[in-house]
Amino acid sequence: MEIVVCIKQVPDTATVRFDREKGTIIREGVQSIINPSDLHALEAGLSLRDELGGKVTVITMGPPQAESALRDALSLGADEAILLSDRAFAAADTLATTYTLLKAIQKIGLPDLILCGTHAIDGDTAQVGPGLAARLGWPSITQVAGLEILDTGTRFLVKRLIEQGYEMVEVELPALLTCHKSLNRPRVPSLKAKMRARKADIPVWGHEDLGADSGKIGIKGSPTWVDSTFVPAFEAKREMLEGSPDEQVDALIVRLKESGLL
Amino acid sequence: MCGSCEDICLPGAIVKEREKGPAPTDIDAYSGIWVVCEAPDGIIPAWAKELLSKAHDLAAKAGEELTAVVLGHSLGEVPKDLAAFGADRVLVVDEPSLKGFHDDIYANVLAYMARKELPSVILAASTPMGRAYIPRVATMLETGLTADCMDLDISTEDKTLLQTRPTFGGNLIATITCRKHRPQMATVRPHVFKPREPDQAARVSVINFSVPEELLASRAKVIETHVEPLEGPDITEADVVVTVGRGIGNKETLEQAMELAELLGAAVGATRPITDEGWLPDRAQIGQTGVTISPKLYIGLGVSGAVHHTVGIRGSEIIVAVNKDPEAPIFEMATYGIVGDLHEILPVLIDRIRKERAGK
Amino acid sequence: MAEVNYFLNEEQQMIVELTRQLAREKIIPVRARLDEQEEFPWDLVKDFAQADLFGLFIPEEYGGLGGGCFEMCLALEQLAYGCVGVTTTYAASALGGYPILLFGSDEQKQRYLPDIAAGAKLAAFGLTESTAGSDAAAIQTTAVEEGDYWVLNGSKQWITSGGEAEIYTIIAMTDRHKGPRGASAFIVEKGDPGFSFGKKEKKMGIRASSTTELFFDNCKIPKDRLLGRRGMGFIIAMRTLDQARPGIGAMGVGLAQAAMDEAILFARQRVQFGQPVIAFQAIQHMLADMATEIEAARALVYAIARTIDTGIKDMAKLSAMAKLFATDMAMKVTTDAVQVMGGHGYMADYPVEKMMRDAKILQIYEGTNQIQKNVIGQALNKEYAKKA
Repeated sequence: MEIVVCIKQVPDTATVRFDREKGTIIREGVQSIINPSDLHALEAGLSLRDELGGKVTVITMGPPQAESALRDALSLGADEAILLSDRAFAAADTLATTYTLLKAIQKIGLPDLILCGTHAIDGDTAQVGPGLAARLGWPSITQVAGLEILDTGTRFLVKRLIEQGYEMVEVELPALLTCHKSLNRPRVPSLKAKMRARKADIPVWGHEDLGADSGKIGIKGSPTWVDSTFVPAFEAKREMLEGSPDEQVDALIVRLKESGLL
Repeated sequence: MCGSCEDICLPGAIVKEREKGPAPTDIDAYSGIWVVCEAPDGIIPAWAKELLSKAHDLAAKAGEELTAVVLGHSLGEVPKDLAAFGADRVLVVDEPSLKGFHDDIYANVLAYMARKELPSVILAASTPMGRAYIPRVATMLETGLTADCMDLDISTEDKTLLQTRPTFGGNLIATITCRKHRPQMATVRPHVFKPREPDQAARVSVINFSVPEELLASRAKVIETHVEPLEGPDITEADVVVTVGRGIGNKETLEQAMELAELLGAAVGATRPITDEGWLPDRAQIGQTGVTISPKLYIGLGVSGAVHHTVGIRGSEIIVAVNKDPEAPIFEMATYGIVGDLHEILPVLIDRIRKERAGK
Repeated sequence: MAEVNYFLNEEQQMIVELTRQLAREKIIPVRARLDEQEEFPWDLVKDFAQADLFGLFIPEEYGGLGGGCFEMCLALEQLAYGCVGVTTTYAASALGGYPILLFGSDEQKQRYLPDIAAGAKLAAFGLTESTAGSDAAAIQTTAVEEGDYWVLNGSKQWITSGGEAEIYTIIAMTDRHKGPRGASAFIVEKGDPGFSFGKKEKKMGIRASSTTELFFDNCKIPKDRLLGRRGMGFIIAMRTLDQARPGIGAMGVGLAQAAMDEAILFARQRVQFGQPVIAFQAIQHMLADMATEIEAARALVYAIARTIDTGIKDMAKLSAMAKLFATDMAMKVTTDAVQVMGGHGYMADYPVEKMMRDAKILQIYEGTNQIQKNVIGQALNKEYAKKA
């Protein structure tokens, strides 16, 4: 089975700090990681490959340093990795991103299956997976929490999460799935793969390599625009209740009663 | 684009100046605001009323017509019920193939309708279903889509939709526009807007919209739909929510928190580490990747107050925080804060509330 | 602040990076549960296998990575930072594998090492008996040659990974009248007739690891399971322990580092008398001793492990020093970490009480630290006799 896994390198939210005055991110000390739910997509791809044979190709669009996310993916056992990086791709919204990914996937050759995470922890739009499927005219099934192979791999039975429950869906390949964290437990890198990954050749494709329409990529291909950003503030009474635990609880009870909540 | 990554990218890799956008659409050809409700089981979700109410205000402000779009099967009186919440008209697609949720069929139908009718704004809910098919629609229409908005406004000048959404796990709030393309599309978090009083006298036209058969096919087939009934009060509707965070430390304390919730008739919520650990179900998770709540009373136990959680509790009237770390950011937004050890505070709190209840 | 440069090569850095990631992402989130429920960490064993860690010390021709004592120490240090109980299971497989690697025939190596390297099978090492702990010469388990078989009788006590491992290296007496030269080493497989396990022991610490008795009741194994030559049992056992002991020292270093990290994190947050407790010299001095002793132990363990990897013959003294110093240090540092955190440190809500319980075993297993001193003392006596 030929599988393409789309990943994104994101700042580790645990290491990101924000400048309240300017309403921006403080760059210093930010670490980059593979987006957490993309690791579940990669794990799903790797275990399907281990079971059915074939190849897992990982792609990401990002700045040159996103290559390290691809090396991490190779360390986990991906067969090939391709970096889509070009100044012309910069500042893409999800519409431009899905176009760029589409062109890359067409250049690789259409696979049987495309796997994505459910959402990225930075932008959290959850749009790239379904958007890419729409461009391909493929079915997309989001929030996949279970997967069973049918007919030696021409169809899947998937469990997908919806409001307050789940659906069981039978899908004929090719298809695109977005993988929920409950789908699997991502593996750890192996030392041997890590050593191979260090030396692996990772092709970098720009917009000319993809034959992409320059009006549809990057900032030019992005209809949405950020007018402003700010760090949220919240007005609160901030009354600290002091004293022993008894005194603190007493003070709280009095106040809650005053508000008619007890 | 969200632009918020500008500051961590290589210098110059992202520039916030727009040179030339994608080939713009003919904006003047588009008009009206749509609110889309998907109802595969023929049931209109609670958020539909909230979203319609908000959209009614936007439509009034911009002088636009408001349309409720209902997609589903066995809809019965449902479309008419929506009229009371401010829609000028209701467009309905009631088809057997819309029973069971198929991402591609729902997307095909809505994209087809939008191409025919050319709305200026399409609003939907950022529920798992909305987030599954609305991005397909935006891609098919080659327009912008802003996910998971927590506020909306509209400019009276050019009818630009101002879409406010959290980014970076809720640590930054961005206002996003899609000025040169139509329709302007957004998904909106359920429960951020309040529903208006229903106007039972409202009379609106309900129009059955027909779509070509070929759009109603998919390579995916829903075999079974399983809805798990909620245990206890619905967290998004509850007046009191007791929320546990990483600071509760162990399961005994969790049980005490549950006891407190039961005493108060409260729903139990959690921060992400707690649901990730499997101590409470995913649906108890409050915040950026969970639900938004607006109770009268929020009690945070061992909740540190990371913004990706607090973005979901801003609508709470009174926030009580108990945490042993005096520096915990939750105290910044607490109405009442208690710095202390949960092992000491919780038993006293449970005891006092029990006595209060007995005293009544 | 600058850190000591141990001049790791790229491969060694990668080992550190990977094992650190395992500790952080996989071990630490579950260690309290494993400890509390005395649960054998099969998920983590699978992770270690997936990461190729079980083959770290095994030559490439048997599917391993061809690392030495130093590479093992690097991995053990980082894993022990996460949990000594979990790491004990990993270390025990190496301890069971070393005799085969060091003394096995080509056939034996071909048969067992690839499975051990792949982590497909865990190995274990059985020397200790109820009446033979530090006094290894007192072992009672016997092996008698009967035609094409060896027949084992007796029992082994406190065997790490007992019942969970598939491959056991067992020391048994073949010629009692020859004393220490009358012992031989054998490979026994789970499922061999007459081989069974006792119940899992309840322990003070390392509760994620499994410790059981092994019973041999006319346990019949093929002749080719003899390791090395008849009568080499003690040499095999001692050489195995010499090879493995620096790794126990490395676990002490990792554990102590974890305890100190917790203590400092706490001391910077805990406010008493209006200031964080780290502002008090009483606390600072304890932390300063901890940091200094950890670095000294690390430097010693690394230097000795690297010396062993040069192929020296007489490593007993150095190996014992690495274990002795680093594990005594770990006991002291974990105890002090609890002290720095006061009542909080004593509570199971914080990880340091477990670390202190886990530290104790490092002073006991693979030869108590008193035995290490005997080894060092005897070596000194021998050295100076030559010089006299």
